[in-house]
Amino acid sequence: MSLHPIDYAIIGLYFAFVLGIGWALKRFMKTSLDFFESGRSLAAWITALAFISANLGAQEVIGMAASGAKYGIMTSHFYWVGAIPAMIFVGVFMMPFYYGSRAHSVPEYLRLRFDEKTRALNAVSFAVMTVFSSGISMYVMGRLFQLLLGWDVNVSIVVAAAAVLVYILLGGLTSSIYNEVVQFFLIVFGFLPLVFLGVMGAGGWSGVEARLATVATDAGFAAGAWTESWRHMGSPSENPMGIDWVGMVGGLGFAMSFGYWCTDFLVIQRAMAARSMNAARRTPILAAIPKMFMPFIVILPGMVALAVLPTEAMQFNGQTDYNMVMPMMLQKYYPPGLLGLGLTALFASFMSGMAGNVTAFNTVWTYDIYKPYIKSDASDAHYMKVGRHATVFGTILSVATAYVAMNFGNINDLLQLVFSFINAPLFATFLLGMFWARCTANGAFWGLLSGILACAAHYLLTGVGTAGPGPLHAYASDMARNFWGAFIAWIVCFVVTIAVSLVTKPRALDDLKGLVYSMTPRVQEGPLPWYNRPAVLAVIVAVMALALNVVFW
Amino acid sequence: MLLDLRFPMGLLFVALGALLTGYGLFGDQAVYAASLGINVNLWTGLGILLFGALMLAGGWRAMEKQKSEDRRAH
Repeated sequence: MSLHPIDYAIIGLYFAFVLGIGWALKRFMKTSLDFFESGRSLAAWITALAFISANLGAQEVIGMAASGAKYGIMTSHFYWVGAIPAMIFVGVFMMPFYYGSRAHSVPEYLRLRFDEKTRALNAVSFAVMTVFSSGISMYVMGRLFQLLLGWDVNVSIVVAAAAVLVYILLGGLTSSIYNEVVQFFLIVFGFLPLVFLGVMGAGGWSGVEARLATVATDAGFAAGAWTESWRHMGSPSENPMGIDWVGMVGGLGFAMSFGYWCTDFLVIQRAMAARSMNAARRTPILAAIPKMFMPFIVILPGMVALAVLPTEAMQFNGQTDYNMVMPMMLQKYYPPGLLGLGLTALFASFMSGMAGNVTAFNTVWTYDIYKPYIKSDASDAHYMKVGRHATVFGTILSVATAYVAMNFGNINDLLQLVFSFINAPLFATFLLGMFWARCTANGAFWGLLSGILACAAHYLLTGVGTAGPGPLHAYASDMARNFWGAFIAWIVCFVVTIAVSLVTKPRALDDLKGLVYSMTPRVQEGPLPWYNRPAVLAVIVAVMALALNVVFW
Repeated sequence: MLLDLRFPMGLLFVALGALLTGYGLFGDQAVYAASLGINVNLWTGLGILLFGALMLAGGWRAMEKQKSEDRRAH
């Protein structure tokens, strides 16, 4: 596939813009508060769009389309039963503690609520995870542009990483967030015409359903297995994802999604940059509105691809690889011009995912690793400099990880695996920490550690399919195994935390003001119009998400 | 006061929209065989142009409002 001058013009314009934003924001970066927390001054609509855009990296756009082809509409559970309820919960119940405590980051909240060791465990595991995610994002991008346009992998990785590095160094978190908002709209404008053309090309929605019915029956499932989201979840053998509804709701809907959306500093950092408590609480709830429609933009093209592309299009080196379905669709339907926009949207998704990870990494590194353990009494200017250095070496580490990631197949499954190790038990820690004053520091630490170990043990003791069954149990798919791993990790963390808390000495209640639900005065909002009230918005969003589940039942 | 995102974002989308619309109007029409005969550049370009213009208008209105509030405060 070759590009026209118009395509290069569009891509060039976008690159000039991201760097321009960084340059324009440079003069506002005076203190570390500006650099790491945007001076806590942003409007809710901006932080809300950044909240979902930071998560809309390569793994989302490419991985979700790939899963759309591989598993069908069940992939939308990542949104409708996964992300949305968790986003509502974090906005209504947890944000008051994040934004209201004096913490700069999620790990720092853990130090205020518990102790140093729990913070260290979280800070280090989180730092590793951010580098991992942004490395995967970069690898996906490099490989994609290589297959699609013949660009050298190393060149694409270095150019995109350099652009992100420059705009974060110049404009800090604000630069990252502003660019994330623009990236969000680019992704929508870049992929929406594709959905429209794809569905039309397949003869409308009924045409898509008809063709996917053949795919489903050929694979030995009921005709609706690819187009009905809940009907085939009675047992793992009835659907392509190989999971029943208990594993889905408990593993993905509860442990994994709440673990990610409620505790991952990458997204929480966006909400904490909001200009007020009210704006911070509305951030994830407002974000849930565009979020619930994202399946139509990122998953549907993968499903449509299965209907309109020949099966040979998904074969690479003799193996079925769905990671190329999104670019294949662009290639099939987009003329020059729009193709440039579609590729810009791909670039944008890689960059937003990477920038989100890099800004979260430099903050956690500076506040939670460098400041407490390396140098604790330096000037504000010094920490800002450390943050800039962390931005550089975080980016370099990510590039290194990108080359490591080249050994794995379906990127989405791999990422879920990493999240299930680290995030899933964490939600139990926060839930108990925020809502149970009796929970102790030792309880939290040992609970978290046993949760992570339980997840690792589960991974070692089980297998997938007939190819490599583990000693204890063989799951039908990687995804089913990850969901159950997350669920088990959550339960182990929850039980161990409670057990250890009951035999260790609790903290004085007075120390827990602003950190625990029962010791914190309710947020007084005063007279606000209904559309600015988090609770009212939460109910509206919940009803909308429920409706989507019912429509595509 | 921080830079209002709506200005740079509006400018970017107006420029992108204008590029696509122009290409859709004056470029080679044979390329739309791939997109089911629809001039997708023109339509997407117009949509993006409109979005960019709305962003600029919103930013400009907020700036005017801020100015009049500042004047009242003096």
